[in-house]
Amino acid sequence: MAVDKFPIEASHIMMFARSVGDSNPIYYDADYAEKTEPGAIIAPPTFAQSSAQFDPDYFLRPHPDKDWFGSGKNPSGLKPKKEEESSGGGGGGGGGLHAEQHFEYHRHISPGDVLTATNLPGKTWEKEGKRSGKLIFNETVTEYRDQNGELVITARGVGVRTERPVDQ
Amino acid sequence: MALKASDLKVGDTYSERLVEDLKRTQIVMYAGASGDYNPVHTDELFTKKVAGYPSVFAHGMLTMGMTGGMLTNYVGDGRLTKYGVRFTNQVWPGDDLDSTATVKELRQEGDDMFVDLDVVTTNQDGAVVLSGYASARIDG
Repeated sequence: MAVDKFPIEASHIMMFARSVGDSNPIYYDADYAEKTEPGAIIAPPTFAQSSAQFDPDYFLRPHPDKDWFGSGKNPSGLKPKKEEESSGGGGGGGGGLHAEQHFEYHRHISPGDVLTATNLPGKTWEKEGKRSGKLIFNETVTEYRDQNGELVITARGVGVRTERPVDQ
Repeated sequence: MALKASDLKVGDTYSERLVEDLKRTQIVMYAGASGDYNPVHTDELFTKKVAGYPSVFAHGMLTMGMTGGMLTNYVGDGRLTKYGVRFTNQVWPGDDLDSTATVKELRQEGDDMFVDLDVVTTNQDGAVVLSGYASARIDG
């Protein structure tokens, strides 16, 4: 996802590490981290995905002035939109799922870094799926650069929209 | 603690249990931390009635994140250079997940040594939920 300013913050890293069940102290204890090889708190390998928090218009977060497709009084606040962009950042209400995710680490990021994320055009392709009908794949390449303009992470996500829910 | 090339050979494996009886609350924690609030992960009513699935299910990125913890426990902090996966089956509340990294190749680039790993995460039925690869810088 494209983001103008993704500040890397210690408490965000701590919460993210907890959410993936990773109790490694390098993600929350600065004194411990100082004695490790990286020499500072670093972000876990998949942390860049949480740049979604800093995309003001991220479509998988409710916005106060917009309808939200999750349940309230009714199972959905609206009819799910089929055409929402599935950017590899997850699914969508209209049958979108995350198919692939790839990261290349040029440097490991730490609190204090301020990143930008820029999207490059990716491929789109189709496939017939046995368990979910026609599949439309959509690739997004995201370059994360630090405050000095250096490339720190290259991410490639593939989202897939299915014709119907995946058979279980 | 980083890996040493002299201690590794092709075919070596490292495994961890990632989670037992995955809780809905952990999926909620991941939604909150990552910012991906797609209701198919946290909103049972929406997911059953609108999305058409039997229950909420985990973000693929939660499985990738948990698997990433296994990898960094194996290769050491700050050593990963590449990590990529395909999500091959959904992960549901109540699932037990196990993950294995297998040494595929040891290679030298300039002065640095690297290990290439195959990565597979399976559920309690033996179904592969994530398959991929990782590379890490190791000591010579």
